[in-house]
Amino acid sequence: MHLALFLIFGAVCVGAAINLLVQKHPINSALSLIVVMGSLALLYLLLGAEFVAAVQVIVYAGAIMVLFVFTIMLLNAGEEEVLPHTSCVAVMLGVPGLIVGLAIGVWVIVRYAGLDRIAIGGPQVLNGTEGFGNPRAVAHLLFRDFLLPFEVTSILVLIAILGAVVLARREE
Amino acid sequence: MVPLSYYLILSAILFACGVAGFLIKRNIITIFMSIELMLNAVNLTFVAFAAQLHALSGNVFVFFVMVVAAAEAAVGLAIIISVFRTRETLNVDRVNLLKL
Repeated sequence: MHLALFLIFGAVCVGAAINLLVQKHPINSALSLIVVMGSLALLYLLLGAEFVAAVQVIVYAGAIMVLFVFTIMLLNAGEEEVLPHTSCVAVMLGVPGLIVGLAIGVWVIVRYAGLDRIAIGGPQVLNGTEGFGNPRAVAHLLFRDFLLPFEVTSILVLIAILGAVVLARREE
Repeated sequence: MVPLSYYLILSAILFACGVAGFLIKRNIITIFMSIELMLNAVNLTFVAFAAQLHALSGNVFVFFVMVVAAAEAAVGLAIIISVFRTRETLNVDRVNLLKL
C-alpha cells in the first residue's frame, strides 16, 4: 500500500517537475509547481511527518505560490522570448553534466543501499513510528531544544518583510 | 515499507529538474520557481532521513528551511518587481548591466 502510493505520487511529482521545465508560460510552470508541492505533502504524510505535511500545504502551496501567481499577474508576464544571440552554453554543457551527476548520485544511493538498516541513537529517538511527526512531538522539540533558532527566525522574517516593502516601494 | 533509497532517488531527480530549470529557463520568475523546487527536494531528503533514523530534529530543520524559503520568496519577488519597473522585461538575457 505504501509502495503503491509512493510510486503514484512520486510519478506525479516527477511529471509535474518536468512539465515545469517544458511549459513556456510562467503561470503554467507555477501551477505545475503547486502540483509538485501537493504530492510532496502526501509523501511527507507517508513518512509520518504530519506537521511538515500540513505546513507544506499551508506555507508552500498556499502562501508562497499565491505570492508567485500574484507577481506573474501583476507583471503581466507572457511567454518566454528567445533572443537571437542567446548563449546556449548552459544547455549544451549543463544538461549533459547534470544527467551525469544525477546518474552518479543514483549509483551512490543504490550502491550504499545498506543505509536502510542504519539506526542511530540520540536524545530524540522515539519508539515506533506511531505519532512520530505529529505537531505535539515537533512542538516539544521546537520550543525546548530549538528555542533560540526559532526566535532568531522571527528576526529573519521581520527583516525579510521590511526588505520586501522597501524594495517593492514605488520611487517618488 | 518503501526503502529509503527510493525517496533519495526521487529527491535527486527533483533536484536535477530544479538545476535544469535554473540553467535552461530565461524567465526570471521561472528561474526563481526552479530554486523553490530544489529547496523542496532537499526538504524531502530531510524528512526521509528523519523517518529512517527516528530523529525528529529533521522535521524541525524542514520547518526552518520553509521559513527561509518564505523570506527568500518575499524578498526575491520584490527584487523582481523592482527590476521589472526599471527594465520593463523579465528576460535575464536583457538584464546584463548593473547600472542603466
